[in-house]
Amino acid sequence: MHAAFGRRLENKPERSMTSMLWAARLLGALTLVAALLGSVVARAAGDQLLLPLMQRLPAADYAEKQELIQQLVQTGDPRVRPILAALLDGSLLSRAGDNRVFLLKSSSGKLRDALSGADAGSLSAEELTKIGVNNQLRKSLRVALAQFDLADPDTAVRLAAVKEMLRAPDPAVLSALRARVQEEKDASVRREMESGLALADLDSDDAARRLAAIGALSGNLNPEVFNRLSAMVELSADGNPVEADASVRAAAVSALRAIDRARTFYAGVQTLLFGLSQGSILVLAAIGLAITFGVMGVINMAHGELMMVGAYTTYVVQQAMPDHVGASILVAIPAAFLVSGAVGVAIERGIVRFLYGRPLETLLATFGVSLLLQQAVRDIFSANNRSVITPQWLSGSLEINEALAITYNHLYIIFFTLAIFFLLLLVLRRTRFGLEVRAVAQNRAMAKAMGVRTEWIDALTFGMGSGIAGMAGVALSQLTNVGPNLGQSYIVDSFMVVVFGGVGNLWGTQLGGNALGVVNKLLEPVSGAVLAKIFVLVFLILFIQRRPRGLFPQKGRVAEG
Amino acid sequence: MRARIPYKSWAIAICALLLGTAASAADTIKVGVLHSLSGTMAISETTLKDTVLMMIDEQNKKGGLLGKKLEAVVVDPASNWPLFAEKASELLEKDKVAVVFGCWTSVSRKSVLPVFEKDNGLLFYPVQYEGEESSKNVIYTGAAPNQQAIPAVDYLMKEVGVKRWVLEGTDYVYPRTTNKILEAYLKLKGVNDQDILINYTPFGFSDWTAEVAKIKAFGSAGKKTAVVSTINGDANVPFYKELGNQKISAEDIPVVAFSVGEEELSGLDTKPLIGHLAAWNYFMSINTPLNKEWIAKWHAFTKNPKRTFNDPMEAHVIGFQLWVKAVEKAGTTDPEKVIAALPGLEVANLTGSMAKVLPNHHITKPVYIGEVRGDGQFDVVWKTTVAIPGEAWSHYLPGSKDIEADWVSLKCGNYNTKTKVCSGQNYK
Repeated sequence: MHAAFGRRLENKPERSMTSMLWAARLLGALTLVAALLGSVVARAAGDQLLLPLMQRLPAADYAEKQELIQQLVQTGDPRVRPILAALLDGSLLSRAGDNRVFLLKSSSGKLRDALSGADAGSLSAEELTKIGVNNQLRKSLRVALAQFDLADPDTAVRLAAVKEMLRAPDPAVLSALRARVQEEKDASVRREMESGLALADLDSDDAARRLAAIGALSGNLNPEVFNRLSAMVELSADGNPVEADASVRAAAVSALRAIDRARTFYAGVQTLLFGLSQGSILVLAAIGLAITFGVMGVINMAHGELMMVGAYTTYVVQQAMPDHVGASILVAIPAAFLVSGAVGVAIERGIVRFLYGRPLETLLATFGVSLLLQQAVRDIFSANNRSVITPQWLSGSLEINEALAITYNHLYIIFFTLAIFFLLLLVLRRTRFGLEVRAVAQNRAMAKAMGVRTEWIDALTFGMGSGIAGMAGVALSQLTNVGPNLGQSYIVDSFMVVVFGGVGNLWGTQLGGNALGVVNKLLEPVSGAVLAKIFVLVFLILFIQRRPRGLFPQKGRVAEG
Repeated sequence: MRARIPYKSWAIAICALLLGTAASAADTIKVGVLHSLSGTMAISETTLKDTVLMMIDEQNKKGGLLGKKLEAVVVDPASNWPLFAEKASELLEKDKVAVVFGCWTSVSRKSVLPVFEKDNGLLFYPVQYEGEESSKNVIYTGAAPNQQAIPAVDYLMKEVGVKRWVLEGTDYVYPRTTNKILEAYLKLKGVNDQDILINYTPFGFSDWTAEVAKIKAFGSAGKKTAVVSTINGDANVPFYKELGNQKISAEDIPVVAFSVGEEELSGLDTKPLIGHLAAWNYFMSINTPLNKEWIAKWHAFTKNPKRTFNDPMEAHVIGFQLWVKAVEKAGTTDPEKVIAALPGLEVANLTGSMAKVLPNHHITKPVYIGEVRGDGQFDVVWKTTVAIPGEAWSHYLPGSKDIEADWVSLKCGNYNTKTKVCSGQNYK
């Protein structure tokens, strides 16, 4: 129609200039229309590809879904990424009647059409079914998503994507990597890609490429590298080596040896760290007892329950500030000190002070208190364990390299224990209160004569020991179950550490706890956790037989008193 | 043993004295509930007590049984295994209960077994267990190993392609026996010795760093690895936390647990656990009308719409209905006649198919494998097409291969088909 109109205009030569302008305009308009039409057609073609795949998704079984995901990825359509991401986190839903697939917009519960992205209002829960995934699907979804992320502008995203893809290095993944490796600008991402490709090159038919791959992988602590290299130097079923080329084999052997050395070294460091972290937990549990039992000489069987009170305080604080889980732990530390300290002062004022010098009765009375506290917790919070949420900054692990990692909660506990320990030393050695505590512990009558309010000091010392137990409870709430039995599982360990380290000696408690922790972790891989614990206890019994006063016995007049 | 004799005669004397009072209370049928309401097992067992109370309430609303009202007798054995035996004989001899619903751990069941056999009582035991037992006086409504452990391993082997196995358990009878059966089964399927790692930890173990690191190292040998966990009780929470911290995802090393259900997960942040597996015969998330109906009843009974419902609770629901049917069939609550009436009876499982009492005193059960979801429930990823009959004696252990249990025709729970001898629990 436009063309006909143009022809009619052409009949009038005097208007040729205008007509040329018109023609140019027309051409532009036509191109625009064509371009628009083209994109619509392309999108429609994409829909034609995607729609049937999407329609099959809701009813497919897991094996079928696996195939559908691969086909969706192969379309290369950018709309596939959000669909796969939604499938991974369980927000891809289908309508019961017609298998139409929707994306669930997080929290708000609003639906969007999976393909067009258009708002699709909301449907009742009955009409919608979640499209389920299992572990194998989740893994291939992650790898598929990673392929989209390879072109992401953020380096960290790309690095994570490469690592994700190398979890399942099949040919499709490797060719995707090979295509990207030349364009990659960032050195660390590139290195990761190259090591992945080198791993694939180990299967190459060309001996020189295999040799080069081994060179590129030397010193790489990834377990996959170790496994592949070990497989190369093994003998195959017919008695010949798997790797035919002798020089490649020699290179593999020497690379293996280097990796093995590094792994043994890091395994040793890891065991030491595990031991220190367990030791720190022991010290943390025992350090309050080192005050009440070590300095004051009170056998406090309710010590474990004071830790439990601290752990429950953490729970209560967390319930009180649900929006600030990360900060709640920091708030809980002083709160637990105060709560457990107050309970400790109450125990001292109510019971223990009448029983000084009568250890057996103290033991029985405090044991009664421990039962009381346990039952109180059962009545207030129920017999079930309470879940204390671990904040983000305390979960996960610090990966130093592929062979050495330490979890953050254990790392923080090592530091937390050291901080409490030195703070306590400072208080005892450098403050007036500490001086009075030591004076009362060494010679009560003389301290009294010098004007020290001994009763007051007794209550405060006991309160301080109890408060520290409460802080230990905060740390334990991140490691173990917060329940009425929490205290019981640590009371034996606590006494063990204090007795082993030497009663009344804080340094003894610190060193003793860490020594027991390391010994336990050294034994555990050899003998298993059950026997390791038995060995440690037997060792301790023998040790106490030889040195009844522990590692660092008190010397001088105090010891005799 | 010597100490028991005066106790027994004393108990009999008391029973004689109480005969008068018992007669006056004879217009109700007493149902014993033997679950720990305090101590370490209270976490799991308290809900089972509530389940039985709900069932009794339900039955009384329907007009009771044989024209009489049911009355619950609840005792607390306090997670103390010898106390279980004492409380059981109190229920049977003093309270004269018609039936007992109780026990969780295998050690508590083993503790009450002689009491039930001596007094000829009837116990419904609702928890999955290690098998290798069939008593005349016990109906096992939980899963035997072939209804939970073996199908789970089959699933991992066939569907997931697992080649290397970690059998991680708490150090007591159930995990040890189950792992013995699993080890024999895996070896039968051609798994090498060096591809099996068996490890035990004490009850309530909490420092999992080294153990989990060991699993991680074992799992990085280039073959698909899975952990079969028979870890019991609270030790699970720090175990799963540590798995999360050391970044062992279910996609790399899946953990399939036999003792972790909805109730256990309700005290846990399940985000890092998504995808880990559990094998049970019931999941709360399974969408059947009957299941929805019972969950609604449970929420109404507990007046708490957030309470979870789990596998052992379903076992009690089934067990209670079976008992009611058997009493109606026998026309009496006399345990001897009720036990004779039980084999062959059927009630519906909450998730479909029927639970039928077999001559070996186990029942038929469907098996489900579920993956943990973000909300603490499970998504079923695999299930058996039919209900599997429970086997009292495992086919995979050398000692128990030839043993058969049949309380209908053989009248024996421990019949050796080779030597033709009925040993152990023999009543004829």
